[in-house]
Amino acid sequence: MSDLLQLYQEIILRHNKNPRNYGRPGSFPHCASGHNPLCGDQVTVYWSVDGSCLSDIHFESQGCAISRASASIMTELLAGKTTEEASALYEEFSAALKNQGEEPSLGEGFGELVALSEVRKYPSRIKCATLAWQALLEGDF
Amino acid sequence: MSFDVSKIRQEFPILSTRVGQKPLVYLDNAATTQKPRAVIDALESYYTETNANIHRGVHFLAEKATAAYEEARGVVGKFLNAARAEEIVFVRGTTEGINLVASSFGNKFIAEGDEVIISAMEHHANIVPWQLLCEEKGAHLKVIPADENGELEMDAFDQLLSDKTKMVSVVHASNALGTINPIKSIIDKSHAVGARVLIDGAQAVGHFPVDVQKLNCDFFVFSGHKLFGSTGVGAIYGRFDLLESMPPYQGGGDMINEVTFEKTTYKEPPGRFEAGTPNIAGVIGMARAIEYLENLDRALLLQHEEDLLHHATARLNEVEGIKIYGTSKNKVSLVAFTLEGSHPHDMATVLDADGIAIRAGHHCTQPLHSRYGITATARASFAFYNTREEIDILTESLKKIQLLFA
Ligand SMILES: Cc1ncc(COP(=O)(O)O)c(C=O)c1O
Repeated sequence: MSDLLQLYQEIILRHNKNPRNYGRPGSFPHCASGHNPLCGDQVTVYWSVDGSCLSDIHFESQGCAISRASASIMTELLAGKTTEEASALYEEFSAALKNQGEEPSLGEGFGELVALSEVRKYPSRIKCATLAWQALLEGDF
Repeated sequence: MSFDVSKIRQEFPILSTRVGQKPLVYLDNAATTQKPRAVIDALESYYTETNANIHRGVHFLAEKATAAYEEARGVVGKFLNAARAEEIVFVRGTTEGINLVASSFGNKFIAEGDEVIISAMEHHANIVPWQLLCEEKGAHLKVIPADENGELEMDAFDQLLSDKTKMVSVVHASNALGTINPIKSIIDKSHAVGARVLIDGAQAVGHFPVDVQKLNCDFFVFSGHKLFGSTGVGAIYGRFDLLESMPPYQGGGDMINEVTFEKTTYKEPPGRFEAGTPNIAGVIGMARAIEYLENLDRALLLQHEEDLLHHATARLNEVEGIKIYGTSKNKVSLVAFTLEGSHPHDMATVLDADGIAIRAGHHCTQPLHSRYGITATARASFAFYNTREEIDILTESLKKIQLLFA
């Protein structure tokens, strides 16, 4: 189980059980859904744009712990960021997950998302960790 | 005679694999089964002693390969109790088999306003080809609903049947629930309104004997890889007069009598439906898998699998928060379940760390999962080489998972 405990760290289990910003808000200017046809997982992200920054990010999902934790952390991490900043963070996060070589160094600015870097050891699960991000950043603005 | 599972396991080399420090516990047999030594050896000996293209050479190896390929047709025919070997068409698998029938039979015999009936528990392979056909023809697709236990609602089926029904295509045993459907009754009722019946036997043939004449079905389709043979090969049984009345599926070499640029004439079945060079080694391997199976006492195998199913149902019900989907009394040996607080994907990943292979997801039956208001289940599916001990390992691992995500 020891490898697994690294995958399912306390942070991930906590976000899975009690996700932040969960549920559909009363009003939302933007929303987009992501779907993983491989497993049927589904996530919907709702958000506003305040000036040029993302705000009020919420999500709903029917998915695994990895995808829920990633979405939950995302809603906190991206609030107040411009879409460019958000995309840059996502690019780096996604590259780290796909990096099969040395330990990735997700440092400054990634906060609790670092807990998800273990997912790179489970290639079939990478899509779970990026589903909500793709919905938000590649969906309909 | 008693059933010696440890002796059987020795005939499946892959079963002694270790996953990290743990022995492999392979419970994903509904996805694909493992192969006995007899099949692996047959594939090797085909390529070391027989390999040649079939039906076209006159040399020693070509004759030998053609004879082995046609002999395999006889083995499959006998296995299903077809009236004659020519009723067996080799294809890539269940998916191609259903597509072939939908396309060839459908094109000729299904027209605007006609109806095709499938069921709520079909694999996507038995939904999409009919949907495509109905769209093209302006025909209508009707669905037999399933109840809470995972059984087909036969009263509703009676209501759906009419003289508009041209084809009824249903799964023999459900890959997602395990339910064995009352297909004899489905076939008889369908015939009474003049409809043809296709049975998706992908999950049936590896578990229990099938007699297509007794069932009186029109088409029966299965995949070799779920029957202890290799991937990329399968077969259709089609009643000969029906096959004879159907146009070709694909055009190419080996399916013609004579080709001119003006007109081509086609071979009789089954050759008409086997364009191009087939999976010769796979076909021969599938025949060896069938012989392997038939040399065992199938009644004993079935008894053992039923014991596994009962044991698994009882043990899994010990785990807090578990819900089993598919509680029919008539089931093949598989158990689909959810565990409160833990998603099937997470379960599968944690089980894998314990060496246990199960499947998580919608098992290519999304409409069925929607029916139960879920997007995914975990599925442990058994073959006769599995043991009670393996089910105990699964149960203990699930108890750990329940605590981890609680
Ligand atoms: C009931 C059923 N039908 C059809 C299929 C498709 O079989 P194949 O992928 O071998 O073509 C499967 C395999 O998962 C199945 O379980």
